[in-house]
Amino acid sequence: MINFIWFFMIAISITYALLTGNISIINDEIINSGSKSFSLILEMGPLIILWMGILKIAENSGLLEKFAKLLEPVLRKLFPSVKKDSKALGYIASNIAANSLGLGSAATPFGLKAMEELQKENNQPDTATDAMITFLVLNTSGVTIIPTTVIALRMASGSANPSEIIITSLLATICSSTAGLLLDYYIRRKK
Amino acid sequence: MISDYIIPLFILLIVFYGIYKKVNIYDCFLEGVGEGLKTIINIIPPLVAMIFAINILLSSEVITFLLSGFSSIFEAINIPQEILPMAILRPISGTASLAVLSDILVNYGPDSFIGRLASTLQGCTDTTIYVLALYFSSIKVTKIRYSLKVGLFADLVGIIASFIIVKIFFL
Repeated sequence: MINFIWFFMIAISITYALLTGNISIINDEIINSGSKSFSLILEMGPLIILWMGILKIAENSGLLEKFAKLLEPVLRKLFPSVKKDSKALGYIASNIAANSLGLGSAATPFGLKAMEELQKENNQPDTATDAMITFLVLNTSGVTIIPTTVIALRMASGSANPSEIIITSLLATICSSTAGLLLDYYIRRKK
Repeated sequence: MISDYIIPLFILLIVFYGIYKKVNIYDCFLEGVGEGLKTIINIIPPLVAMIFAINILLSSEVITFLLSGFSSIFEAINIPQEILPMAILRPISGTASLAVLSDILVNYGPDSFIGRLASTLQGCTDTTIYVLALYFSSIKVTKIRYSLKVGLFADLVGIIASFIIVKIFFL
């Protein structure tokens, strides 16, 4: 699927640019995109590495297990296929907690660790498991309680009440997450 | 800002708990950083691939062209068409949709209907395509099954829900 999306993005972009005579802009973008990727890595990489260090302390001290235990009753229902002693649930719990507070970049290392743990239970390493899909549906539908970046942007552009969108975002998030989980559940049941 | 406290307090809790549980927190940290470096190396190839494709997609202006067909439909059901580029970019690139949001907030004002709608939209969903690409490729999964379908469905529900909720909340 990613294979096809990637092809589609490149094919329509270059074809459209050829038809409209914008090809020199595309040429510049192609030349620059490599360094753009690396500057993004340099921007977010150090924080991810630092967080992985901090997370290791939480992991080895058993704090993560404690945290997961709190969310376990809910997560167990959502992830029936994950083994009871897996560390994955703890990482999923931490990823959701960090994401929900608008700490997107802090959530990513938890999420990557969760995928790694889920992969250990995977019999076909090149194929996504049910649990991985449920986790990513939950992750991408964005359970956000505090959309920090949006509030900061609104403040910068002179809003009378920058944080007024917290409630609307939360309600919209609940709708999208619920819809995603229901469709995921329906597809899993149908098999 | 409350969010300024979250990370420092989180770290404080972690190191306190580690010491309390008699764990060598310094060695743990070094071990984690080492693993983090490997993770970053794994992320580089897919990131280069996605940034490349997204950049040429945005600069080709093909999105604007594709939207010109949709805009009349959205006008008919009374959805401001300025929101469309953002709704389409949101699942693909967080940075790109944030740039569109910032543009809308400056041009229409943060407290306008479209300003509130765009803010809600940015806050309520995540970059589905980017996250799927990043997470699946970090563990070398290539068969992603129905995950994209479900993820984009949730995004669509989020967009529709944002529109209705903002309409109701800010009459």
